[in-house]
Amino acid sequence: MSTISTPAAPGSFRYQLASFWSDFSASRGALVGLIFIVFILLVALFAPWVAPHDPAMQDRAALLVPPVWHAEGSWNYILGTDAVGRDILSRLIFGARYSLSISAMVVVISMGVGIFLGLLAGYFRGWIETVITRVMDVVLAFPSLLLALGLVAILSPGLTSAMIAIALVQLPYFVRLTRAAVIGEKNREYVIASRLSGAGHLRLMFNTLLPNCMAPLIVQATLSFSTAILDIAALGFLGMGVQPPTPEWGAMLANAREFMGSAYWAVTFPGLIILLTVLMINLMGDGLRDALDPKMKRS
Amino acid sequence: MALLDIEGLSVRFKTSSGLFAAVEGVDINVDRGEVWSIVGESGSGKSVSMLATMGLLPWTAQVTADKMAFDGQDLQQLSSRQRRRIVGGEMSMIFQEPMSSLNPCFTVGTQIDEMIKQHLGGSRKERHERALDLLAQVGIPDPARRIKAYPHQMSGGMSQRVMIAMAISCNPRLLIADEPTTALDVTIQAQILELLLRLQEDTGMALILITHDMGVVAETAKHVVVQYAGRQVEKQDVKSLFANPRHPYTEALLSALPERAGDQDRLPTIPGVVPGQHDRPSGCLFNPRCRYATEHCREVEPVPAPDDPARTLCHYPLEDGVSPSPAAAGVARDNPQSSPHREVRP
Amino acid sequence: MFKFFLIKLAQLVPTFIGVTIVAFAFIRLLPGDPILLMAGERGISAERYAQLESQMGFDRSLVVQYLDFLKGLLHGDLGNSLVTHAPVMDEFMSRFPATLELSLFALAFAVIIGLPAGVLAAVKRGKTLDHTIMGVSLTGYSMPIFWWGLLLIMLFSSTLGWTPVSGRISYMYFIEPVTGFMTIDSLIAGDWGAFLSALHYLILPSIVLGTIPLAVIARQTRSSMLEVLGEDYVRTARAKGLSNFRVIMVHTLRNALISVVTVIGLQVGLLLAGAILTETIFSWPGIGKWMIDAISRRDYPSVQGGLVLIAFIVMIVNLLVDLAYGVINPRIRH
Ligand SMILES: Nc1ncnc2c1ncn2[C@@H]1O[C@H](COP(=O)(O)OP(=O)(O)O)[C@@H](O)[C@H]1O
Ligand code: SF4
Ligand SMILES: [Mg+2]
Repeated sequence: MSTISTPAAPGSFRYQLASFWSDFSASRGALVGLIFIVFILLVALFAPWVAPHDPAMQDRAALLVPPVWHAEGSWNYILGTDAVGRDILSRLIFGARYSLSISAMVVVISMGVGIFLGLLAGYFRGWIETVITRVMDVVLAFPSLLLALGLVAILSPGLTSAMIAIALVQLPYFVRLTRAAVIGEKNREYVIASRLSGAGHLRLMFNTLLPNCMAPLIVQATLSFSTAILDIAALGFLGMGVQPPTPEWGAMLANAREFMGSAYWAVTFPGLIILLTVLMINLMGDGLRDALDPKMKRS
Repeated sequence: MALLDIEGLSVRFKTSSGLFAAVEGVDINVDRGEVWSIVGESGSGKSVSMLATMGLLPWTAQVTADKMAFDGQDLQQLSSRQRRRIVGGEMSMIFQEPMSSLNPCFTVGTQIDEMIKQHLGGSRKERHERALDLLAQVGIPDPARRIKAYPHQMSGGMSQRVMIAMAISCNPRLLIADEPTTALDVTIQAQILELLLRLQEDTGMALILITHDMGVVAETAKHVVVQYAGRQVEKQDVKSLFANPRHPYTEALLSALPERAGDQDRLPTIPGVVPGQHDRPSGCLFNPRCRYATEHCREVEPVPAPDDPARTLCHYPLEDGVSPSPAAAGVARDNPQSSPHREVRP
Repeated sequence: MFKFFLIKLAQLVPTFIGVTIVAFAFIRLLPGDPILLMAGERGISAERYAQLESQMGFDRSLVVQYLDFLKGLLHGDLGNSLVTHAPVMDEFMSRFPATLELSLFALAFAVIIGLPAGVLAAVKRGKTLDHTIMGVSLTGYSMPIFWWGLLLIMLFSSTLGWTPVSGRISYMYFIEPVTGFMTIDSLIAGDWGAFLSALHYLILPSIVLGTIPLAVIARQTRSSMLEVLGEDYVRTARAKGLSNFRVIMVHTLRNALISVVTVIGLQVGLLLAGAILTETIFSWPGIGKWMIDAISRRDYPSVQGGLVLIAFIVMIVNLLVDLAYGVINPRIRH
């Protein structure tokens, strides 16, 4: 039995945590990813203090100013300004708030609902399972972005509908993972022992089964988190997500697009920060997977 | 000149916790047409030493040897191309898990044909005929049909027969069989052993049979190497090994044989397990399980006496079943029944 | 094998019904009166309202409406576009080849580069080359492709002037659509220059659309290669004295491909999602751009039809992938 699927005695939980950390930190990429994520979270949290300017402030005297390393650039606007004279760096910093918080909400929603449905399906089997898996199959039949677009069209473009749409698109992965894990764990001794000692359905599902199925779910959560950032930005770029003038990264790109020929910086930096954030989360996800999933450890 | 001449073979694996010496100081010299056996419990380094000979270890393995020659050619000096001509052609190997040793994507015929094509060549038709012959030779009924079968359509015994057919397809001069019957049903085991011995006799090839079962050794081999925890602990011909085991480990393996256990209710097994990477004791590697172990054994690693033909890796090699170890007297008193009955001979 | 196919086909039926229900519900879920919504800001006359209402069948019960919808669907009738008034089916079909052509080129790009890269990384595991390939793959996997497209346009089109910015072929050529594939049609027309132009226009969009699939394929190839390299039968192949090349390309890759093919098949959904963005950036006249336009113009019948048809395509491709899986995996074939 692996250390992860053994029910954690209070003493050994510490040990598990330590062994997890040593596996996780053995990967340099994972560590770099984690540090970057923490950094960008802090920046987002303290945006008003970190950002040099108000993200909405328009400096009419400084339209499309290039970044500081150009001859015409200035330290005032380190990464340059956009077409209406707003500081790109400040907008990126405030944009982190949107991207990260919406994506976090997406993960919370789809993971919460997904775990619930997956537990139901795996625990009760029968028609409940059939219905749930069929519905998830239907969701998966649509390309994710298309379904999200369709939903946004129904709900009208905006932050909340983008969030709901992307959470729905992510749902099937959590349901499938939870269901599979529950089916795998259900007949293990510790679950049967718990049932014999009179634990109810809910208690069995949430207190006994769930903690032992967490490892793949955590890995999926990081994957969903990075996918959500990409999808939010894509919706923003298509004009179906967070609406301008909110400094959302994707929407910033969409705005800058027409100045592509003259002001590369307005296009380059928002995309770069999306790429970096997603890359770092994925790096961390790879490390997590290696540390949490004993099967994958070898490769 | 010996066909296979190995001296001082060592294999170290790179692992996350440093180098692990899985095999150290193994000598074996097989002459043409001889049957050898390497015996020891699981984890003794039997497979690793033979895989090293074949050049089949993963990249984490570092193989060193004072001498490693096949038919006079130094295996360590050969280019990989030259070595591949020997491996499979003149020296071939079959494995413990026949079911997973055949490629699931190709038919039996394709897999045998590939080997013949590599080493013998010949027209497609000739190769096909030879493959059919080989399948018949290893006792596979209806070869014309079986040759088109995929591995998953065959039983373990059938798969092992196919592996054997493949291994002898290029008339090797040495066949290494790594626990060829361990994964099979008891009824099939004897058949496969019989087949191997028959083929050995018919073709005159040399055979190295790896096993953990002294019973198998008694029935098959002429010469025996006993390995424990990666070390070769003794090497004798089978008659004297059964008559006069020199190493306490050999003695213990022999007394676990049902014939030798006599009228005891339960087979005497050796308590404990072969130490792995992380639990190797100091001194003699066998000392935690040895009933003759002394303080000296726990501190100092034994080396074979220079005048000992069996090259016994023990401070107190047994003489006619009696250990000169100071600890021996106590053992005999505590446990009078455990001294081996010595009527059974190979 | 045929039985395997039938089982897979039967499993699709409930999903297909689910998809039609979703698409059917789509228009009915729009907040407010769908007809007024579709009419947009300009409003609508009472006559036209009644006409639309009966055309869309909104005046009948939901069950009847759904059955009608299903019947139309089975006859290839998905209603008419509110913008062009042409049948949605025709609109879709006239654009689908453009998307298909782009997706196939993107997939080819992804496979041709991703597969060898994955094999190479597996063979050189732990070495610098492996780390480099995996690093680049993870970057590709994390790529916001709408930005990637803009970046490539800025570099290769605006700055270097090597590649065109948008469209399928230079305006200097007019090719009569036969198959809808610009490359094939230009060859049919015997116009070599047009063919080269069409290829030229395909380069950047294919790279952009193929980037994420490439990364996924490289990663999957590496991990399945590593898994297979540890298998007993690969050791057997080595024990046969085969060349390293043969051990890797025949015995290892052949088995690793079983899972790689599955993953390649799963890219189709990703490709179609990516096509929405890629086509928008490169003004590629395919179904992705058409869907975006339909959504922003509130052309709901088109959106609805597009949803059904695209889901349908994804399902068919997944079925084909299952079949391919059966073909290359003898354990299922027999
Ligand atoms: N690739 C490897 N990496 C590290 N250790 C290994 C590897 N292969 C075998 N070993 C170790 O070498 C020792 C001998 O193994 P093996 O030769 O398979 O034993 P036997 O065949 O006698 O049962 C064991 O402790 C085993 O764990
Ligand atoms: S050296 Fe000592 S412990 Fe080792 S086998 Fe001999 S008697 Fe036993
Ligand atoms: Mg072995």
